[in-house]
Amino acid sequence: MPSVDFVNVTKRFDGVLAVDRATFDVESGEYVCVLGPTGSGKTTLLRLIAGLLKPDDGIILFDGRPVNAVEAHNRNAVYVPQQYALFPHLTVLQNVAFGPLARGKSEDEALEIARQTLEMVRLSGRAQALPSELSGGMQQRVALARGLASGSSLLLLDEPLGALDARLRLELRHRLRELVKQSGITAIHVTHDRDEAMSVADRIMVLRDGRILDYNQPIRVYTRPTGIFVANLIGGASFLEGIVEKVAPDSIVVRIRGGLLIKAPAEPLAIDERVILGIRKERVQISPSKLQAENVLEGQVRESRFLGSTREYVIRLTNGDTILSRRFLESENPAFAPQQRISVSFEQSDVMIFTYPPHGLRNELAMI
Amino acid sequence: MPKLDIVGVSKAYGNIVALDDVTLHVRDREYVCILGPSGCGKSTLIKCVAGIEKPDHGQILIDDESVRDMAVEDRWIGYVFQEIALFPHLSVRDNLSYGLAVRRASGDRITTVANEMLDLIEMRDRAKSYPKELSGGAQQKVAVARAIATGSHLFLLDEPLGALDALVRAELRYDLKRLAVDLGLTVIHVTHDQEEALSIADRIVIMKRGRIVEVGKPSEIYLLPKRLFTENFVGETNLLEGRIVETGHASCLVQLNSHKIELKGRGRSITERVIVSVRPESIVLASRSGERNDRWEGLIKQAAFLGSITRYVVQVEGEPDLIVHVPSTGQIGGFRVGDRVDLLLDNSEHMLLFDYPKAGLNDETALG
Repeated sequence: MPSVDFVNVTKRFDGVLAVDRATFDVESGEYVCVLGPTGSGKTTLLRLIAGLLKPDDGIILFDGRPVNAVEAHNRNAVYVPQQYALFPHLTVLQNVAFGPLARGKSEDEALEIARQTLEMVRLSGRAQALPSELSGGMQQRVALARGLASGSSLLLLDEPLGALDARLRLELRHRLRELVKQSGITAIHVTHDRDEAMSVADRIMVLRDGRILDYNQPIRVYTRPTGIFVANLIGGASFLEGIVEKVAPDSIVVRIRGGLLIKAPAEPLAIDERVILGIRKERVQISPSKLQAENVLEGQVRESRFLGSTREYVIRLTNGDTILSRRFLESENPAFAPQQRISVSFEQSDVMIFTYPPHGLRNELAMI
Repeated sequence: MPKLDIVGVSKAYGNIVALDDVTLHVRDREYVCILGPSGCGKSTLIKCVAGIEKPDHGQILIDDESVRDMAVEDRWIGYVFQEIALFPHLSVRDNLSYGLAVRRASGDRITTVANEMLDLIEMRDRAKSYPKELSGGAQQKVAVARAIATGSHLFLLDEPLGALDALVRAELRYDLKRLAVDLGLTVIHVTHDQEEALSIADRIVIMKRGRIVEVGKPSEIYLLPKRLFTENFVGETNLLEGRIVETGHASCLVQLNSHKIELKGRGRSITERVIVSVRPESIVLASRSGERNDRWEGLIKQAAFLGSITRYVVQVEGEPDLIVHVPSTGQIGGFRVGDRVDLLLDNSEHMLLFDYPKAGLNDETALG
């Protein structure tokens, strides 16, 4: 239940910045997901909170009290690493009951807590097995159960569902959030899966190269991301390069390649400024006929991708740019065939506008 | 131009049956995804094809020729697995050249093929890089190109994208498919990721407990699966237990716990136990109107904004909680926890009727 604060926390490994002047707060009882590509500093951040690493600079506070000097085992935080280490000679049930026993519960109570937690991770049937008899995904669930049952008020999870099959991951993430919320603990959960982060988090922190680029509610990060990297990481979009043509109080007109004009929401930008426009796939409508209206572009369907509940179209615009459209599935057969000429359209309010990044668009979209 | 026939293949490890009488015919130039939970036998199956494992029973034929007495290297198979296995001390170019060098091809031939491969994966500018200087996605592309360079036309991919970040994975799968189509490869791609399989496979093979559950095109597997296991495994769904109470010409009426629902389906008999599956995206939510009695009344228990959709958990009197996916409008809004709503389930096109499984619902839908 503690709140966690970072004030200008920096951590270097051999001179390389792993966490760069991180300042943020996690409220008591909050569920925060830390999202970022491999190597962005997610695990380092978690280990700093756990006390397994000491910051080079800055202060870490729990409930407003500095903990820099407090050893890991005195922080009342449980850290479930990606490389979980179960007790090999104890059964699954004993592994999970270990925490409650260690903090003074009776054997009956501890076993009862362990059974309930194993039920939550869907492993009741394997309570008497030894870790070596389980698959990697099952072992990860035992490690998660052990963390949940430990009774710590701060849960630090590093890719807790990473070793699981996609289908099971989908099921467990919702249970995980439910359980955390029921018990009122504070949870910080590291993942590279944006669907997982969106599903479980009260707030999402986006990391890149050790820096916090965004930290907000899922809906806010999705609809008003702080930059191109965040926009792309948190759901993908089509990005078009352009130049500001006209600035009005309620809108901006951007000229993209081929002289096409797109109307975007008002932003403090100057005429002739280079910008990138981002449009979420599901906001792009497709029409078989030519339309005369704002934000209508003509193009040709290049590819149609069946994704189950949705279908994605890859569309080449007349100016050579590519735009993606995600449609909710109405029938088995695609409504639009490859090579078909179509119009795409989107609302002015659906256009995200970003200043042109100093190292170019490709660099912002690179996931490393 | 290889085609592959797997006929009645079984394989056991001690008393654990990994493959149980598996028969599968893969056509020349076909892209087949094998999808199933961990431990279902999918990796064992392709290891038998590769020659890394020997089946206890059954036959494997490549272009109508039995491979029983063929050594691994004589099967002329490209094999790529999850753990990226490039030679760390060799450059990208040397990694790509390795297979041909071992086969004592001429220097000119090796250079030509390596250049072709670099172009194929659009990595000419990284020819001199070492694996550790590349992102995971780029390394896996090199691994695939290295397998292609040997001249194989039959490819076995075992979770080739499993070690990569979600966003990279989603991009790279289309690159894989494009390579396969352009080069006329026959591919068997093992995955536990439903969307990956749906988006690139010509046909999907669903496996469970060492057996093939069913085989079909992606749209058949998602929209019209024959087995309840498939329906539940490939995408989220709501499963409701009921009994047939009326049968009509091409439809029937099912009594659920406390609601009745009309569905397409013939050949059913009164009092037969069934399972009705309703996909989350086929339920419509509306504000409580109190006017129509064909609507179900519900209470929003959970709401999570997931980007292109919002996921609700809705409590319905007498029935299990229902998951409902509603396309997001792009603006903050929608229903809140505690809101009373009406559920419209009159879209019977998207509801499927299954026989009640003989071994029970839990056994049928078990992910292992």
